[in-house]
Amino acid sequence: MLRIDRRLIKNFDWITLSVVMVIALIGIMTIYSATRPLIEGEHPQFYIRQALWLILGVIALFLMVSFDYIWLGRFSLYLYIVGTILLIAVFIFSKAGMGAQRWLSLGPISFQPSEFFKLIYIIMLSQHLSITKGPINTISLFRVFFLIVFLPFILLLKQPNLGTALIILAIFVPLMLAKGLHKKIAILFVIIGLISLPFLGNILWEGLRDYQKSRLIVFLEPGVDPTGIGYHISQSKITVGSGKFLGKGYLRGTQGPFRFLPEKHTDFIFAVFAEEWGFLGSLLLLFLYLVLIRRGLDTAKNARDDFGRFLALGITFMFSTYFFVNVGMTLGIMPVVGIPLPFMSYGGTALLSNLLAVGLLISIRTRRFELFH
Amino acid sequence: MKSESKKILIISYIVIAAFLLLTMRLWQLQVLQGSKYRKLSEANRFRIMTIPAPRGILFDRNGIPLVKNSSYYCASIIYGEFDKGKVDLLSKVLNMPVEEILEKTNKKGMSPFVPTRLKQGLSFSEVAYIESRRSDFPGLIIEVEVSREYTYGNIGSHLIGYLGKPNLSQSKDPAFGDVPPDAFIGQWGAEMLFDKSLRGTPGERVIEVDSLGREIRMLIEKQPIKGKDIELSIDIDLHKEAEKAFGERAGALVAIKPDTGEILGMISKPSFDPNLFTKGISYDEWIALSRNKNKPLLNRTLQSQYPPGSTFKIIMAIAGLEEGVITPETKVDCKGGINYGKWHFGCWRKNGHGVVSLHRALVESCDVYFYEVGKRLGIDKIYDYASTFGFGKETGCELVNERRGIIPNTKWKQEKRRQPWYLGETFNTAIGQGYVAVTPIQMAVMMGAVANGGHIYRPTLIKDAGPVLLGKAKARPETLEIVKRALYGVVNEPGGTGWAAKSQLTIIGGKTGTAQVIAMRDGSKYLPERFRDHAWFIAFAPVEKPEIALAVFVEHGGHGGGAAAPIAKKAIEGYLKNSTLNQACPGDKARVQGKKQN
Repeated sequence: MLRIDRRLIKNFDWITLSVVMVIALIGIMTIYSATRPLIEGEHPQFYIRQALWLILGVIALFLMVSFDYIWLGRFSLYLYIVGTILLIAVFIFSKAGMGAQRWLSLGPISFQPSEFFKLIYIIMLSQHLSITKGPINTISLFRVFFLIVFLPFILLLKQPNLGTALIILAIFVPLMLAKGLHKKIAILFVIIGLISLPFLGNILWEGLRDYQKSRLIVFLEPGVDPTGIGYHISQSKITVGSGKFLGKGYLRGTQGPFRFLPEKHTDFIFAVFAEEWGFLGSLLLLFLYLVLIRRGLDTAKNARDDFGRFLALGITFMFSTYFFVNVGMTLGIMPVVGIPLPFMSYGGTALLSNLLAVGLLISIRTRRFELFH
Repeated sequence: MKSESKKILIISYIVIAAFLLLTMRLWQLQVLQGSKYRKLSEANRFRIMTIPAPRGILFDRNGIPLVKNSSYYCASIIYGEFDKGKVDLLSKVLNMPVEEILEKTNKKGMSPFVPTRLKQGLSFSEVAYIESRRSDFPGLIIEVEVSREYTYGNIGSHLIGYLGKPNLSQSKDPAFGDVPPDAFIGQWGAEMLFDKSLRGTPGERVIEVDSLGREIRMLIEKQPIKGKDIELSIDIDLHKEAEKAFGERAGALVAIKPDTGEILGMISKPSFDPNLFTKGISYDEWIALSRNKNKPLLNRTLQSQYPPGSTFKIIMAIAGLEEGVITPETKVDCKGGINYGKWHFGCWRKNGHGVVSLHRALVESCDVYFYEVGKRLGIDKIYDYASTFGFGKETGCELVNERRGIIPNTKWKQEKRRQPWYLGETFNTAIGQGYVAVTPIQMAVMMGAVANGGHIYRPTLIKDAGPVLLGKAKARPETLEIVKRALYGVVNEPGGTGWAAKSQLTIIGGKTGTAQVIAMRDGSKYLPERFRDHAWFIAFAPVEKPEIALAVFVEHGGHGGGAAAPIAKKAIEGYLKNSTLNQACPGDKARVQGKKQN
């Protein structure tokens, strides 16, 4: 099965790979800076662990490219079932971290099933959409929603992992639109949405944890609670803003090491980067993500089959959502939702699953001229 | 396929729009508002703490400290680290209501990581309890503060003064610019007068901190410079003796060193305990003090004016001798009073003193004799002499709000009352009644001038300040000698009114005075009311070589000889005990003289 085709090498998407590698390396550099100790003292090992996960992730990426992604479509249902079971298993075997049950441990390694589930979910959704004929009608919409989206959404919400739960929804909507909806449904959708918004909002609000509520309140009015989330937002803005045009210089940022910025090496890594590299550096980083997203969309456009197209779209949507919500949160124009910046934030499982997703993107692009087997 | 491409194109536009949005936001934060955020990030990192300078110590003239800088404990809280569930327990431990804690910690715009003062002056048991249960109260810190302790409490409080928070106008005054927030400054007495020297220069510590306010490292440390110590001119032993002698009576005492003007004692009764102020006086305590009808906050030595009574006869005698209207041999027959028109001017001894000369007239304080002297002098001459002894104007002592007193004359009467001067009023003035009003400090200065040969020195609170001569009284040495001999007689000769001041330790000269409380609006009220009179005694000692001159005043004390003279005696004895000791130490004397020459 493992064939390293000459054509595969010739058509390989070097641009996507190099953009991702550059972002990931910038990420490790920034983690190094953000976690450096203030005076003398041991440097936390975060950056080394991230580098190891990067190596592992790149190997996984190449493995992913070497397989024809069509197999994933064929096994999607089994993957989905396994993924859902893992999500349930989290409730039974998890160790709670940061007030949420997200982790499963396998011997020495802990990982978050939700990180891999996102990918499985996109595969499942793409497979389903690719075999559905014509635009989506009411029945198929509800079928998709309740069979594929609803259960994991609830499970993730219960963990609670609001970030990933919202991503699940965020990917669902544009993929449906991409597939094409009956006009009637589209209109109905909008009307139902508008009418139920207050109710839905209320239900959602009641379902939120206290810290999630406070994040929303504080986003709307940052002055309310400067100790808590409002403090995060204002410190994040200070961190970014203090970088000015050219930045304070690498390893010269103060907000992270002095612990003014919380979650400095995870969710707020962009702020640490922006502080040290300024407006110019931040713009360059944004540009790298723009290239990645544009490339993903282009891959979707040129995919050889529907499954590949939906898969590429889903993955690109996922990256875009993560990227915009995370940077938006860092810049104080989005509520604080605990989601990381892809390829940069510290976190092994997330990096691995993101690199797997990139592997899929490259695989789809590389095989765009191939015929079905 | 075509519609697919179109959809992807639309998505691309959305993506690019979102990128533009982020770019704009970045531009806003980093370029447009970059300087502001840079400053905020700097301010994040540094905490500037003031280290209060130890305040200078006030000493008495013999080097005895009058104040102490003592430390006390305060509880502060870093609310950001505090477990809010434990506020009830905290309220019990600190013995303060929950609402008060919440009110103090919930101030707007306050960083939750900067300590907030909850309670000052914790007891040792409270400190011990909190320290032993540290882990129960994260964020609660015990701080040590320095406060002023007035060793002698009520004694000398009007002169020593007290500390307080700067008031509104002071906190805006650039002269207090170096005072750290929350610090106390001198608000009364010597503490206020010499505040600038006593204050010292506060130090500063610039500390780099992390977001929890934990110290990372110290960047700059400037040690505070201790305030200058000041040696006051007062003698605390004199104070102790005299205040004991005063007991509960209201009144005043001023003692000065005749040859320099240094104030050896300044007592105003009732007094107050300055220790009340040092940790922040409570509203109730302040009201109780400031509205007390006995006016403990009033410094009677220079803010109250009273008729001088018979002590004024010293001025009369000097004026009479200087003007030549009498000689020491001039005799007057006292029959217990004189009649002038329809009014009777009595002598305090109803039966009369018989034929008396000047010496006996002073010793026995014969009123009739001085009516005659007054008549011969006329009010304007009396005014001239009283003025040269410093009456009717401030003595210029450093303390504020000094009253001037009144010495009347014809011009004054015309201006104030639009009436001519009557001879009857001269009689009243001659025995220190009527319009005449003086402050105890003026009396002490006059006594000093009589004792030192007529020099008027400005009273001062600083030891060895060097005498400031304000003027010379119109009195020749021979005149003063005659008067001093008579004042010796007042205390030491049979029949003298000041016998109660006679001391075994030294020879005291003085003059009694009894000030009647008279309302003198018109001629019909010349008779004294049924008030208890104010008692005066002014004295100097030792008579041959005066080292101390003083004025004692006892409100409603009755006769000067009975009420005020014993206090004067105690004060003089209290002082001379130390003074003789000082003389035994040649170094000290050399220092005094060396200073004088400067």
